Amino acid sequence: MGRLRTIGRRTFLIGSTAILGGVAFGTFMAARPHANPLAAGLADGEAAFNPFVKLTSDGITLIVPHADIGQGVQSSQAVLIAEELDIEVDQATLSFGEPSPAYYNTAFAEEGVPFMSFDDSAVAETMRDVAGGVLKLIGIQGTGGSTSMPDQYEKLRMAGAVARETIKAAASARTGVPVAQLKTANGAVELPDGTKIAYADLAADAAEIAPVTKVALRDPANWAKIGKPMMRTDTYAKSTGTQDFGIDIAMDGMVHASVRVNPRKGGPVNSFDATAAETMRGVKSIVPVKNGVAVVADNTWRAIEAVNAIEVDWGPAPYPAEMDGHWDEVASSFTADRLDQEWRADGDVDAALDGAEVIAVENRAPYVAHQPLEPLNATVLVTDDGVTVWSGHQMPRFVQQQVAGIAGVEADQVTFINQFSGGSFGHRLEFEHIKQATEVAVTMPGTPVKLTYSREEDFVQDFPRQIAMSRAQGVVANGQVQALSLDIASPSVMNSQMGRIGQSVPGPDMQIVAGAWNMPYDIPDLRVRGYRVPELGPVSSWRSVGASHAGFFAENTLDELIRTAGADPMEERLRLVNHPVHRTVLETVAEMSDWGTDLGPNRGRGLALVESFGVPVAEVIDVSMTDYGIKIDKVYVVADVGRVIDPVNFENQVQGGVIWALGHAINSEITYADGMAEQTNYHAAEGMRIYQTPEIIVRGLENAAKIRGIGEPPVPPAAAALASAIFDLTGERLREMPFNKFVDFV
Amino acid sequence: MRLLVNGEEREVDVEDDMPLLWVLRDELGLKGTKYGCGIAQCGACTVHMDGVAVRSCQVAAASAEGADVVTIEGLGSPDALHAVQEAWVEHQVAQCGYCQSGQIMQAASLLETNPEPTDDDIDIVMGGNLCRCGTYPRIRAAVKTAATKLQEA
Repeated sequence: MGRLRTIGRRTFLIGSTAILGGVAFGTFMAARPHANPLAAGLADGEAAFNPFVKLTSDGITLIVPHADIGQGVQSSQAVLIAEELDIEVDQATLSFGEPSPAYYNTAFAEEGVPFMSFDDSAVAETMRDVAGGVLKLIGIQGTGGSTSMPDQYEKLRMAGAVARETIKAAASARTGVPVAQLKTANGAVELPDGTKIAYADLAADAAEIAPVTKVALRDPANWAKIGKPMMRTDTYAKSTGTQDFGIDIAMDGMVHASVRVNPRKGGPVNSFDATAAETMRGVKSIVPVKNGVAVVADNTWRAIEAVNAIEVDWGPAPYPAEMDGHWDEVASSFTADRLDQEWRADGDVDAALDGAEVIAVENRAPYVAHQPLEPLNATVLVTDDGVTVWSGHQMPRFVQQQVAGIAGVEADQVTFINQFSGGSFGHRLEFEHIKQATEVAVTMPGTPVKLTYSREEDFVQDFPRQIAMSRAQGVVANGQVQALSLDIASPSVMNSQMGRIGQSVPGPDMQIVAGAWNMPYDIPDLRVRGYRVPELGPVSSWRSVGASHAGFFAENTLDELIRTAGADPMEERLRLVNHPVHRTVLETVAEMSDWGTDLGPNRGRGLALVESFGVPVAEVIDVSMTDYGIKIDKVYVVADVGRVIDPVNFENQVQGGVIWALGHAINSEITYADGMAEQTNYHAAEGMRIYQTPEIIVRGLENAAKIRGIGEPPVPPAAAALASAIFDLTGERLREMPFNKFVDFV
Repeated sequence: MRLLVNGEEREVDVEDDMPLLWVLRDELGLKGTKYGCGIAQCGACTVHMDGVAVRSCQVAAASAEGADVVTIEGLGSPDALHAVQEAWVEHQVAQCGYCQSGQIMQAASLLETNPEPTDDDIDIVMGGNLCRCGTYPRIRAAVKTAATKLQEA
């Protein structure tokens, strides 16, 4: 409750979440369910108890409506249904389902309201409910923000329970045995005499009765599957090359396309000469697209070769052509008229700084590309009846809208079939490749067009992580941090991203300060302000979004103050930390890493704690100096997500998040010259490789009140913990990523 | 030209310089081999030629003539896993899984020439295979498990 006083009133109207409507509709509309998208396709004798469970005489289909971008959400969501439905996950067919408002994601609201994650006051909960109601009302179906588990944790278990009880009711009606005497296990109803009736054999009966809706969720103590190590459903396919991704789509008559768009992103095409390309083997047509040109051919390689043979005169970029222009704009944004919001104001920072010996610190975070290993691709077929799209994407209903606009059809005439994605990290929140594939497909109705980016095109068209800078002033005394003023400036990633699909995001952007404004510390005088830089180059959500820069700024600045004060990084954070869940996270990582022991010569150790997406994550990093540069030896990670669904996948996600963060902090950025990204393939921005990878020791805690996701939260503390460790090793404070501009790594 | 892929003679009509990667994927429909970078920076397209791991994006079709080409589809199948694939399943290495065909082909080649690799051996040989999801800790563990399996076999 203490935090409420610090929150500006105008932020009560939702901050950075993609809320597209007002909040005035009230709870009546929000409480009405959306139509069940499974109902339309049912044949006689088939039952769909809710939007997530379908039963036919052939078996059970579970709809897991979030996109699987490598985080394993299809498995971890299916197990939520299976736990209550009493089936094994491999007894069901899993599907991403079709785009539908019934698959709304209310958990986005958690990040959109300006309350501490652990604030369970009536005001905070009401605002979350209102924001969640709006998201349900407008049917935002999306994957991102580590929301899949918080969104689906109750919904899918309830869906499984409703289906189970309805199937039991059907069995009771058929056999005359009271429901109370029926048991369920392994996809079958068991009668008191031991007779088993498979669920599938009850489909026709179940279809005839109304779903039982009064059900209670099981006590977690009785769970058989959730929380236990499970085998992901995609493991076999992904270990044998048999998992198809969007790029693997193949069908009769399909043609292959590739595209080049102005590398000065958003700039026009002045003219192009495709004479050479037209006569190349396999080339079928040259198709101008918005700000670029595509080639259609009979093979992907031929399409890429041909599109690269087109000579194009590109127009200028709608943003500064050189990096100095970008940084100058960011640096000049710490002004009253660009103040986006004062998010935190504990005590009186101005008074504390006045006349004190002030430590002034500036930190920087560069543009960074996403570059998942599967290049962007989309397959589009235009027919008289509408449009079908095959691609891996995190926002299915926006795909329908974007495609409909280009094809001149209604959104409900666009069938979107989501695909497993070869990574995303935020990249598959964008629409350009799907729009371009649609532009090509409308020129050849009846022919499926698969458009694939070359890696080089993917790099230069990547809308990277936002560029950002922080300026801080701090005061330390008596071995303690006394005051901190932290100002952060960056372009609004939400505004850039939503603006590209014609949506506006009202209010201040919490992502400018995410992971910083909510730092879990009671520093007597603490202020955090966000400054909005006018849009420069286009930017997009990058794994952990705003916290990827702001979490680094907050912890790297705090660590510098702590070390300047002569305090121990762990002890001082433990003195300042203001919530028991976060305290336990720190204490646990201290115990795991044996914090305080002498590491010996040429070794360094650092620490950071950042809360993002409601998850406090503490990381201790050990480094050593070698003849070949700095080596990252070990990382200890502790995260509290309230409830771990699958400990195996949890560990994999955390390790991957740390590797993602460290690799890019060490060696990756996107820079512009002549308006174009200078990095065009992995040799210039490679992230981490196996020989740089430290041992990563993970522990998940379950003390927090609410369940949270784990895709993003391991990212923000890593760069700061590494900078802390390098300072411990060398005495040099790194304040700008990538760090290899200043020190060498193994 | 005629290519020998996974033990089968395959006739293809392609340019001499079409990379083997695209012959496999778009002409022969063997899609387990992945396109990641096109310039031998990521290893997603790794296949075996005469038992040696190569980046198929750098192998011109003509130079694959006469060679014994093995792709992930020829290494093992979901019903008959290769020891490396068994280890990959046991450790649940994959996240998005896009790089894993290449990782597995590289690891199988490593163990063919070095049945008991050290940690450093694994890091050096697997260093050319990029995994953007960061499954490296599990790759290390799985290579060791696979080595044990092959020793015991």
